Formats: sequence, structure tokens, C-alpha cells
Amino acid sequence: MDNNKMVVSSSPHIRSIESVQSVMTDVLIALFPAALMAVLLFGYQALITMVISVATAMLAEALWLRKRDIYSDGSAAVTGLLFAMVLPPSPPWWLVVVGAASAIIIGKQVFGGIGYNIFNPALVGRAVVVMSWGGHLVGRVWSQPQPFAFTADISAVTTATPLSGQEEALAVSLTNLFIGSAPGCLGETSALALLLGAAWLFYKGHIDLRIPGGFIGVVFVMGAVFGGGFYGGALTTGLFHVLAGGVMLGALFMATDMVTTPVTTKGKLIFGIGCGIITMMIRLWGTSPEGVTYAILLMNAVTPIIDNFTVPQQFGGVKKSA
Amino acid sequence: MGSAVFKGGIHPDYHKEITASMAVSKMKAPSTVVIPLQQHIGAPCEPLDGIEEGVRVKMGQKIADSSGFVSAPIHASVSGTIKTIGAYNHPLGRPVKAITIESDEQEEWDEKVKPPGNIDDLSPDDLRKIIREAGIVGLGGATFPAHVKLSPPPEKKIDCVVINGAECEPYLTADHRIMLEKPEEIIYGLKLMIKALGAEKGVIGIEENKADAISVMEQAVAGEENITVAPLHTKYPQGAEKMLILVTTGRKVPSGGLPLDIGVVNHNVGTAVAITNAVREGKPLIERVVTITGSGINKPANLLIRVGTLVSDVIEVCGGLKEDTRKLITGGPMMGLAQPNADMPVIKGTSGILALTDQDVYIAESSPCIRCAKCVEACPVQLLPTSIAQAAEHDLFKKAEKLHAMDCFECGCCSYVCPSKIPLTQWIRVAKAEIAKANKK
Repeated sequence: MDNNKMVVSSSPHIRSIESVQSVMTDVLIALFPAALMAVLLFGYQALITMVISVATAMLAEALWLRKRDIYSDGSAAVTGLLFAMVLPPSPPWWLVVVGAASAIIIGKQVFGGIGYNIFNPALVGRAVVVMSWGGHLVGRVWSQPQPFAFTADISAVTTATPLSGQEEALAVSLTNLFIGSAPGCLGETSALALLLGAAWLFYKGHIDLRIPGGFIGVVFVMGAVFGGGFYGGALTTGLFHVLAGGVMLGALFMATDMVTTPVTTKGKLIFGIGCGIITMMIRLWGTSPEGVTYAILLMNAVTPIIDNFTVPQQFGGVKKSA
Repeated sequence: MGSAVFKGGIHPDYHKEITASMAVSKMKAPSTVVIPLQQHIGAPCEPLDGIEEGVRVKMGQKIADSSGFVSAPIHASVSGTIKTIGAYNHPLGRPVKAITIESDEQEEWDEKVKPPGNIDDLSPDDLRKIIREAGIVGLGGATFPAHVKLSPPPEKKIDCVVINGAECEPYLTADHRIMLEKPEEIIYGLKLMIKALGAEKGVIGIEENKADAISVMEQAVAGEENITVAPLHTKYPQGAEKMLILVTTGRKVPSGGLPLDIGVVNHNVGTAVAITNAVREGKPLIERVVTITGSGINKPANLLIRVGTLVSDVIEVCGGLKEDTRKLITGGPMMGLAQPNADMPVIKGTSGILALTDQDVYIAESSPCIRCAKCVEACPVQLLPTSIAQAAEHDLFKKAEKLHAMDCFECGCCSYVCPSKIPLTQWIRVAKAEIAKANKK
């Protein structure tokens, strides 16, 4: 036996086959239904938006890290796709490029790259473009979905989102909101597609239901209690707030971003509930119709504090009386 | 069936099918054995008077002992002549003083190895003494002297003895075979423990992936009023002391405490058999069942091996190693120790010899933590492995201590699940060592 070839290392000697790349690839798979739905609803322009965004994000990361492996751990592609999903279906191409590059560079790489960023990169990208070119993302700029019309120019007919006012809200049924046939961001409109994807992530053990559960639960309750019942009653108004706008996308895919959310189980629930409360405070009592982006970014900021205060009781441990 | 569950844990590939159906066969005693004087947790032994180079010893003869309470004597595992006494490679890392005996192939038992008489007349103290003199230690791998566990302080009332037949480490099947082949000895050993402790009941925990062992043991306990078999979910680390006691008795060992704090003593099935052999036949612990397995072993087997047999001799009996073997492990793949070579003896705590080829050896660079919290979910004692590892990495050992690093028993689940391939368990070990050092000052 050649003794020199033996590997000596600390236990355990076996590892699961899961890697950062496989996790990120699972997230991409989970986003596929929503991406497909975007193309079905908004046609080729949505596809182009997603392709530009993903390509820019991957390229920006590869250039920053001077790496040839453009897919690498897959996290840049995830950020790129998520960023596209929080844009209108057919924004100007340069806006997509600037936003996706900002997401990667300002949102992630300046903090030290994957694992070290404090804020959700895709939402940082969105915050950058909303603040810089708000005219493209605020107001009556939202394309009416045109199902199964791949080549249609969707930018021709624009409207406001259901969240902009009671009149716009009442124009859309809950069923349409669930399936996704309502104006809104490219990837946020179809709760159905998002739930399908999230089910995959849950099945693979990548998300903890406490975050989306807390988030969606609070949005529903606050929508029902404080929403004024304009949408046919308290409960339907609660449901409306869950299904309209970015709550489903935010709760299932943004607030569950591993890097920027708590690691403790209790912390996850607090994070989800916090996102829900801030979202609804902005929607109900703020000046902006939608608050998911800032709700998640704000909760991202307090994630380290949440983790610090929610260290679990260890096995057989007793609570220290203060 | 089904049982209580513990939080956390993992489901690795078990690979037990390689050896599960192979009956234990006796490996022929080698021509030379190397018997380390430290094979247990506690004070090391010293050679007895008259045990020197050139002296002939008989099989089962006590050759080394210590005056420490937490210690276990060492016996000759063959009859023959002592060749050398000196440092030799040891599975735990550093070379340890060992007695090398050249066998005369006579297999002549020491005169003192004889049944101690009417067992019913033996008092708990007699039992403890016999078990101590037989050099019995925890055979699950922890090698804690068995008589110490059977000597709780008088204020701690023990009512339940838990026997560990979980064998949750992947690959290993030694305990599985012991349960299939020696059920009567296990039950007898358990009854002796119950008697030594003045306990009321016994329970034998077995993972459900060993259905045949469960039914054999259930048959064996039929008619026993105070002994039950508990089928357990197949989940690593089901056989860890704290997890096993929780699922079999519903009691939680307190943080920093011992099972005896909650009225429980826990022993491995192999230890139960060793105790039976010691009390019924007067036989000291000079051999144990070892699973030799893994992709790198040509002929995997479950062997009854003399303590002190060189791992290289065992591997030879098992057809040698495959060409592309890259890792040699004593114990299981989760908690076992990687060895630089096979030139070291099988000791009382060696439950397995595992050889892995290239394809099964994981060498990957770790990448930054993505805070996926899979380690948090997997930790059976509810720690935050990634936070402790991070603290250790930055020399923040006070913080690691606050995060209960000392509660970690190094099961390896966190490292196993980590998608970033961070050696979390290793970092926590670093933290534990530093915390222990700081607290000693």
C-alpha cells in the first residue's frame, strides 16, 4: 500500500451532493413557471427583458471577478432573473442593463460577493432604477397582458396596476390575479406560477415556510382588517392584497433569499411578519401604492440583529433567568 | 411502529447492504499483536510488575492497569512472548505506549479466566469489579470505561438502562450482526446492568432499517417484563447518546450534564455482550466485532478481531485495498478518524475499518457561507453551526462559547449538509478546544 496517497482530513468523511450551484440551479428551475407565464402573458418583450437581465448579471459578475466561468455558482443568473421579474414587461433595454449590473455590483460584489451582501441584490437593482428613472416604473406605464400573443407589442396599451386605486383594483377579478392576467411586473402577476415554483423549493428543502407564511399571513390579516373591505368584503380585500402586486413574488422568492435573511427558525418567522407589516403600512398609509421592495430591504438591514436575538435554546439547555 | 423523533439529523446514503448480510466470522489471531496501553477515555495504563520484554504471557492475562478510577485494564489477546514495550501508532493520532506480543499460536488461556461462580450471588459491587477487571469499555466507539457508568453517585437514582442498537453510522454493520447473532447475550448483559445499577427497566433502541434485528430482539425479550425493544426512525445521529435517550425514554439529558442526571445509563449492544462474557465466563475484553467495508475494500466482512491486530493485517485478510483507495478510516464515515496508513492496531473502540476510493472521497474547496441555514436545521442539539464556525474563524471564542459551542458532540451533520462545503464541524472543534483551554486557566 502506498501510504502517501491517503487523504487525512477531519470528519465527517462523506458530504451531501448538494452544492451552491445545485441550490441556485434549483432556484432557477423554481422560477421557470413564472418566467414561462411572463412570456405567455406579455410575449416576446418579456423574454427579451429576462434575457438581457440574466446576461448582464452573469457578465457583470464574471467581469468583476475576472472569471471565465460565466454561470459559475449560478447566483448571478438567479439575481438577473429575479431582477427582470420586478421590472415592467418591456422597459428600455438600457434600464435593464444598468439595473442588472447595479444589482450585481452595488447589491452584491462591493460587499464581498456571494454570502456577504446585506441586501437582496435584485431589489437593490430595482431600488436603483426606481430612484433614477421612476417614470418608467411608476404610474400608468404598465402593459395590459395579452395572453398567447407572443409577437404582440404590449407596450402599446398601458394602464395602472390594480394597486394604484380602488377603480383599478375592482377592474380585476381574484381569479385573474391568481392566474396572473393582470397588469404588473413581469414575474409577479401569476400567483399560481410562483406557488408552483415555491413548492419545488420547499420540496428540495431550500426554503422555510415561516418566511412566506409570516409575510403572506400578515398581509392577508392586515388587508382584511385595515383594507376597508372595498374589494367585496374584508376577507376578499385581504386576499386581494395577497394576490395583487409583488407580495407573492416577494414572499416566496425575495424574502426567502438565503443570504439576506435570518438563519434561526424564530428569526425567519419574525422576518416574514416584519416584511408583511411594512408592506401593508406602505400600501395602506404610505404614498406609494406598493411596498414589498422596501419592506424586504428594510428587513434585510435588521437581519443580523434578528439573528442575534433569536439564538435557539440548545438541546437540554435551560433558559437563563435575566 | 414509529417512535419519538429528535429535531435535526440527516439521511445520508447508508451503504449497509455491503456487509449487513455477512455473518460475523472469526479472524485468525495474527502472529503479532500490538496492544496500546490507552484504549479508553481516562487514565492510561502502565505495564504490571513482571510484564517486560521477553516474558511469556497467556491469553486473557492482565498486562497493564492504572490506579485511576476512570480507566480500564488491558489484557493480552494472544498467548506468546512480549517482544517490545514502546510507543506505537495509535488510531487516535499520537503514538501511544504499547505492548507488542509475538503469538506462540498456543491460544492458551490465563488460569484466571474462569466463571466466577454462582451469578445470582454476585452483588452489584461484585459485578462492577468483574466488569472493571475484564477491561470493558464502551464498544460503540466512545470507549468510556463500562464500570464507571455502572457506578453512579449514590444521590443519582438510575431507573432505566438504554441499550444502543441504533448503529446510525453509515456503512457499519457490526452491531447489527451482534443483535442477529447474540440476542441472548445482549439481554443477559442488560439484565446484569440493571442489577448492578438497581434499575427498574431496560430498553433496546434499534433503527428501523434493521428490521430483522428488531424482530430477533423482540423475540428475545418476549417474556421479559421490564425490557422492551424500541424501533427507531432511520436518521443519523439516532445512536448519539442524547438523541437515543430522548427517543427511547422521552427524557432530555441536560446541557453539560450526563444521562445519569435524568436516571438513565446508556450502553452499546457490543458492550452488553462483553459484560455477559465477562460475568458468565470470566473472559476479559480481548476481541471485538469490526465491520471492514467501503468501496476500497476487496472483500468486505464483519470480523471478530483480537484487540491489537494491526489494521494492515485485517485489510490483508479482507483481500487488500483497491488500487484507487484514497482514504482509510477507523470507525464510521461521519465520526471516524482518517488514518495516514494501516500500520496501527485495532483497539477496543474500533467499530469499523472503512476504505474509500477516489470517487467516494470528497475533496472540495469551500466557498463562502450562503446562510442557507441547512446546518441549523440539521443540528441535533439546536446550535447555529455556521455562526459558531464564523466566530471560530475570527478567533471570537467567547462568542462561540455563548453560542453553546461546548454542546456540540461533533456528529458532523452540519458539515455533511453544507452546500458551500465549509468544514463546520472542524471549526467548531477548534472553538471547543480553545474554549476548553481558556476555561482551564
